[in-house]
Amino acid sequence: MTDLTALSYTSEHEWIALEGDIATVGITDFAADKLGDVVFVELPGADSAVSAGDVCGEIESTKSVGELYAPITGTVVEVNDAVVDDPSLVNAEPFAGGWLIKIRVEGELPADLLDRAAYEDLTA
Amino acid sequence: MTETPAPPRTSPLHDRHEALGASFTDFGGWNMPVRYTSDLAEHHAVRQAAGLFDISHMAEFRIDGETAAAFLDYALAGRLSTMKIGKAKYSLVLAESGGIVDDVIVYRTGQQRFLVISNAGNRDAVAAAFEIAQATWRPASDASSGSATDAPAATEVPEPVGGTGPRSFAFVAGSTGFRVEDVTDHYALIALQGPEAHGILSSTPGVEITGTALDELGYYAWTEGTFDEAPLFVARTGYTGEDGYELMIPTAQAAALWDAALAAGADRGLVPCGLAARDTLRLEAGMPLYGHELSRDIVPAQAGLGRVVAVDKEAFVGKDGLSSGPADAPVLVGLVSEGRRAGRAGYSVLHGEDTVGEITSGALSPTLGHPVAMAFVAPAASAIGTELSIDVRGTRIPATVTALPFYRRNA
Repeated sequence: MTDLTALSYTSEHEWIALEGDIATVGITDFAADKLGDVVFVELPGADSAVSAGDVCGEIESTKSVGELYAPITGTVVEVNDAVVDDPSLVNAEPFAGGWLIKIRVEGELPADLLDRAAYEDLTA
Repeated sequence: MTETPAPPRTSPLHDRHEALGASFTDFGGWNMPVRYTSDLAEHHAVRQAAGLFDISHMAEFRIDGETAAAFLDYALAGRLSTMKIGKAKYSLVLAESGGIVDDVIVYRTGQQRFLVISNAGNRDAVAAAFEIAQATWRPASDASSGSATDAPAATEVPEPVGGTGPRSFAFVAGSTGFRVEDVTDHYALIALQGPEAHGILSSTPGVEITGTALDELGYYAWTEGTFDEAPLFVARTGYTGEDGYELMIPTAQAAALWDAALAAGADRGLVPCGLAARDTLRLEAGMPLYGHELSRDIVPAQAGLGRVVAVDKEAFVGKDGLSSGPADAPVLVGLVSEGRRAGRAGYSVLHGEDTVGEITSGALSPTLGHPVAMAFVAPAASAIGTELSIDVRGTRIPATVTALPFYRRNA
């Protein structure tokens, strides 16, 4: 069970788990629930550079299209192929098997990342 | 002074949906369940077993009186006067321009009685259309030469129970010989859809069919009965592409019927279903949705609904407009693609480098496993088999024009 209080969040409903300079990124259960059943995920390629706040992928449900914003600046070091093959992992395990990409962080983390309490306030 | 929009209405079944953990969405001025658990699971349940939908947001109008049939022939696109009692018929409300105000199902409930069910968001538009039709109607001389009779008395309707939000005044229109009443607030509408629907309704405790037996009831026909002594209207119609029923029940008994049907269907795979599944089901079945495939800017022939209009009627609302429509107006087609990226409403459709149309509804088809869409395209690009492409947020996705519906159940 992922400790949700150990994660950082963005106002675009991504979560970030930081280990050293590697950030694992996914979307929150709140976002997955709002989207409905996810049926297609497009992620940036490994080794691609991403900039905090820029659109770097898409998450489609039967009903709608959500954009994936890079929560931090860096280089994509790994993409979750399992979630590309089975997008329903985003709904089933948003904080575990439904992770999306891993980014090697470059520079400072954005100042506007939220802790769990602040994110819960945002989605209350 | 500021005007605040009216808050969305809730259904008489709202507390049932909350207890079932539904997510809600605003639709047509109503706050309705969009899904209970998973819209894909709900979609598949309807194709494989059965689903239960609250469609109480839809509007119901009663038209009664000795000239009711003749009035509907004028007010609607089809010929309703030749319907047999017990039958249902798909029809259209047209504007004078010939554009579509709404699509409706008409049930003939008596020699001088009809029920018209319209979309929630078009309730006021349909009521207004009936008023306009009443004002412009010139009954044929043989219909008006009889003894002058006042509009028939209001039909008795049960008191509305449950739900919240503004309610509408019941009387819509009426003059010599007929009366139109909006009875939406007095009834809940529940759709039971899927191959198990017949077995579930037959075994729902408290449901007694007093009219045509369910086994004898044809598609696009209705019967009646009771549920716990309340009048129950049972129509074999739907909006999913599956067999099934639409049940109209006084609001006071709606929750009990919902509970009884869910319990009766529990071991047959019945699940409650929200609007998300309803939308993908109707899309696969090639059924139009007002605001997407139908609007006042679309005439019936463009949407493939020319057959719904009885053009040889002497007079009807929209007749003059229809005769002067453009010949090269875009027409509704089905599009299928490979992969998993779906075109969505508003995306451009291209033929080579030329933009030839726009998608009105699109999704990854849960049943078929590939993207499907409905789109209006130029007639020159509308032939079945034409290779087109969809601009999916900057990426061209190949798409082939195909016949509607995308999905057809085994009869």
